[in-house]
Amino acid sequence: MLTTLLLVPIVTAIALLLGFGNRSWAKASALVQLALTLFVWSGYDQTLGGYQFVSASEPLFAGLDLRFSLGVDGLSLLLLLLTGLVTVAAVWMSPKIEKRANLFDGSVLLISAGAAGAFLAKDAFFMYAFHELALIPTFLLIGYWGSGERQNVAWKVTIFLAVGSIVLLAGLVDLYLAIPAALRSFDLQKLQEVAAQHLIPATAQVRPWLLLTAGFGILISLFPFHSWAAPAYASAPTPVAMLHSGVLKKFGLYGIIRLVVPFLPEAFKQPVWGNCTAQDLLLGLLLCNILYIGLVTIAQRKLDYVIGYSSVMHMGYVFLGIASMNLIGLSGACLLMFSHGLSVAALFAVSGAIREREGSLNFERLGGAAKAVPYLAICFALATFASIGLPGFSNFASETLVFFGGFQNGASTFLKTATILALWGVVISAVYMLRAYKAVFLGEKTTAAAKWTDLDGSARFALAALPLALLLAGFFPQYFLGYLKPTLEAALR
Amino acid sequence: MEFLPWLILLSPLASAACILLFAHRSKALSVTLSLAAVLTAFGATVALLAAGSQTVASSVTWINLGPALHLTIGLKVDALTRVMLLVVTGIGALVHIYSTVYMAEDEGKSRFFGSLSLFMFSMLGIVLADSLTMIFIFWELVGVSSFLLIGHWFTKESAAKAANKAFLTNRIGDFGFMSGILLVWAATGAVGFDAVQQNMAKLTANPALLTLAALCLFCGAVGKSAQVPLHVWLPDAMEGPTPVSALIHAATMVAAGVYMLARLFFLFAPSPDALTVIAAIGVVTALLAALMATQQDDIKRILAYSTLSQLGFMVAAIGCQAPGSAMFHLFTHAFFKALLFLGAGAVIHGLHHEQNIWKMGGLRKTMPKTFLTFAIGTLALTGAPFLAGFFSKDAILLAAYNKGPLFFFPLLLSAVLTAFYMTRLVVVAFFGEAYHPTGHGHSKDHGHDGPAAMTVPLLILAALSVIAGYGFFAEPIFGHDLFHTAHSLATFSAAGVLEYVDAPHVALVPMLAVGAFVLGTLGAWMLYSGKAKDPVRIPLFANRFYIDEAYAALIAGSQEMLASVSDWVDRYLIDGVLVRGIAGLTWGTGYALRLLQLGNIQGYAFIFGAGVVVLLFLLNK
Repeated sequence: MLTTLLLVPIVTAIALLLGFGNRSWAKASALVQLALTLFVWSGYDQTLGGYQFVSASEPLFAGLDLRFSLGVDGLSLLLLLLTGLVTVAAVWMSPKIEKRANLFDGSVLLISAGAAGAFLAKDAFFMYAFHELALIPTFLLIGYWGSGERQNVAWKVTIFLAVGSIVLLAGLVDLYLAIPAALRSFDLQKLQEVAAQHLIPATAQVRPWLLLTAGFGILISLFPFHSWAAPAYASAPTPVAMLHSGVLKKFGLYGIIRLVVPFLPEAFKQPVWGNCTAQDLLLGLLLCNILYIGLVTIAQRKLDYVIGYSSVMHMGYVFLGIASMNLIGLSGACLLMFSHGLSVAALFAVSGAIREREGSLNFERLGGAAKAVPYLAICFALATFASIGLPGFSNFASETLVFFGGFQNGASTFLKTATILALWGVVISAVYMLRAYKAVFLGEKTTAAAKWTDLDGSARFALAALPLALLLAGFFPQYFLGYLKPTLEAALR
Repeated sequence: MEFLPWLILLSPLASAACILLFAHRSKALSVTLSLAAVLTAFGATVALLAAGSQTVASSVTWINLGPALHLTIGLKVDALTRVMLLVVTGIGALVHIYSTVYMAEDEGKSRFFGSLSLFMFSMLGIVLADSLTMIFIFWELVGVSSFLLIGHWFTKESAAKAANKAFLTNRIGDFGFMSGILLVWAATGAVGFDAVQQNMAKLTANPALLTLAALCLFCGAVGKSAQVPLHVWLPDAMEGPTPVSALIHAATMVAAGVYMLARLFFLFAPSPDALTVIAAIGVVTALLAALMATQQDDIKRILAYSTLSQLGFMVAAIGCQAPGSAMFHLFTHAFFKALLFLGAGAVIHGLHHEQNIWKMGGLRKTMPKTFLTFAIGTLALTGAPFLAGFFSKDAILLAAYNKGPLFFFPLLLSAVLTAFYMTRLVVVAFFGEAYHPTGHGHSKDHGHDGPAAMTVPLLILAALSVIAGYGFFAEPIFGHDLFHTAHSLATFSAAGVLEYVDAPHVALVPMLAVGAFVLGTLGAWMLYSGKAKDPVRIPLFANRFYIDEAYAALIAGSQEMLASVSDWVDRYLIDGVLVRGIAGLTWGTGYALRLLQLGNIQGYAFIFGAGVVVLLFLLNK
């Protein structure tokens, strides 16, 4: 089942790359991918928890427990659902492409396939490899179909993410070698059991923690490794910005929850520099993500930069949930990965649609779009409300959990302080998002806007599915948290 | 029984959802849905009141992560809830009916009624909430529906700005509110009202923490009930349609802060310091806003400052340990202030969107029904003896009297000013000669009473403004047995007569209150009768003490400047130096790759491949 789920986008992408078909193939593939995801979701027995739908090959190399194996648990299911929903919206919201349209669509599908593979892989090596696979079409799409200084941006992103991947690789190797030789494996399920035995001494946990946090951190745009993100999303074609910020970026967080949290929990309490523990270090960095990047976002005067920086900012909240290292905070972090992915994808979808119509996302040139394109305006408003953490949307439920996690018994004074400071970020995000909404959608209609046409046809459903899913998860978060709980409890064991 | 509160809560939600999803194309259908929802809620409230005075509670799980955190959406109906339910659904229904005429020609009518339903849902959620987290959820939702309704005419720059200002100012208060919730949860391990109350000992053991938590929670009320220093959003919120101002920005939403303080009074009562701060903020708001109101020319803005001032009275009452009096004033104020706003709306509607009182004049002849009801509302607000406001304001003044002269005399002065600015409004707008731009003659169309859907709600509210003070509707809340620790000065009694507990000098206070009414009314009458323009100009009051200007400077000097500096740092230091530093390290690789005629993608694939080889080598050794 999972193999089929993975093969659908890959095979369609290859067909498109070879010149067969057209966009409707991509649309069909995205729909099938989502349908299969829902099928797997419905087949997953939540009461049992753990990995299900497992398939595994024989070891690929002698002497290494490395197999091509797939499987899903609650966490990967949630991210798979995110991938499916965003992929459908991304394909439908793709702009009209003049040159090499099939190459474009195929590459978009490959990003989705890579992300899905990373979440499906039950083997650490393939988890890593699928993410790398997804990055290659990302660079290609930015460099070839991007806007603005696309070549420079593509190069910058390449360097950043390549460095990140190398640091990450070093961290993975370091962690692998820290595990006693007899127990070494690439299998995530086995690794989970190994981690639960707490075999790595506390002091030995610090170095892999630093390497992995830095490596994953670069991919997640953790301060100070964030400066690639906003220009990349501004330059990237709409579906790429949606898929990368919404889905692919979550890989780093996924990796931290899969590997850092279970294997290196002691590291959080170990000093890294003077009295400063690893947790303090992480809190310092994530506060920069929230407060400092929040301020940077306020200063932006282009819609895509506002969204791009806001996405960097919100990663701070996920990190806060992780840094609290308890079930409440981690549940919030995971639900926020899902929620943020949907809301930021919807925001980029609408901003891309505006760029397609206006050619620019400068605030000076925009205004009154709510009169011209009411459907897009409503979708953007819903995504904005979600993104600033309004109750009803799952972003609120997630952030609330993150804050409660930061205040749970046993939280250090700095963690509590950081939580209160992070809470101020909720004010900051309302400032920039409402300001951006007003600049683009409210006020008198500009003359250019009078000629725009609103979104129509099936694209309306593809886009609306994102905020509707957020509302659903916001009203009934417990349903989703039930899927996450066994995974997170195992990781915290 | 248990389904009634759920019916009250969910019927407006159903209406809002239907309008958003499909009914918005048909204005008639949207109006029908919205009306049906509010009438259902009102009917269910009446049924609930008829069913007796027992406490009803039921809840569903929202988030459950084991014993550490179990958040529920739970409804609790007790005496306090019932009073608020009646106010919210009753006035809500009248405002809905009124709006069908007032917004008849509006092209965004469906959106208006959809937002109104969303508001009803959110507000009723606050009223019915049984836990801190749930009240916070609906607190924020009320904020967004207020945002939507203030910005209803969003093509107007000023309306869009006012909507943002209201939302953001409230968010600042909510930051404190959420911090307070976290502090309370960390100390007591609970968020449900009852559970927190049972665990109060854990909070009272640490008085400093208790005061901090109480003040944080109070921040939420400061934002929502527009108390100094977060009061600036409410006058600007008058950009919204007038029925919205009546329902949301006078009668219900802004009263939510007071309701929350009353609901959580058990948490504030053990902290004398927190109570004093609350009383002080309330008194300052009451006085400052009353001073500002004396020099406004826009009919809605005068009423807005008046609302601020009256909310100040209510908050002060909480601080003076008289939550019963605060709720009593909330109850009466809701009727006469909604009446005054709807009356102002009738005037604005009749005069084709004229809002300047100096351009009105003589309306008592052209709009007799509006005049009559507006006059009753004014008398009720200014504390004319035996009307609703007299009793409730008296109760608050008495509480302040017992708290100390520093609290009593500013409130008494505010009462004088209330009579003054309201009489000024009525004298200028309704008496005298009709305004004419050229200075003589009568304009052809100088106002007319609205149709029945507008005047009937006015008449109903006028009747309520007369009789609400006698407490036919309310049952005892904050009786002695409820709070042993907090000695509530004034309580509702079943008979509806105020019952003073433990209050010396009873006679002096009402006498002074009557004196304040007479002084303010006569003063304004003598000063403004027959005048065509304002004989007094006090720029400090007219310009609201320049607080908005000071805030604009503060925001420009702090937030905007910090934002620009951060942007610069990010662009030139982090990206410029740090990133180019890293890029410099890898430049060698990049250069080598370019020599090999490899582009980005291939280069990346190369690095990736090399990585895999190195990995396999390392792991195999």
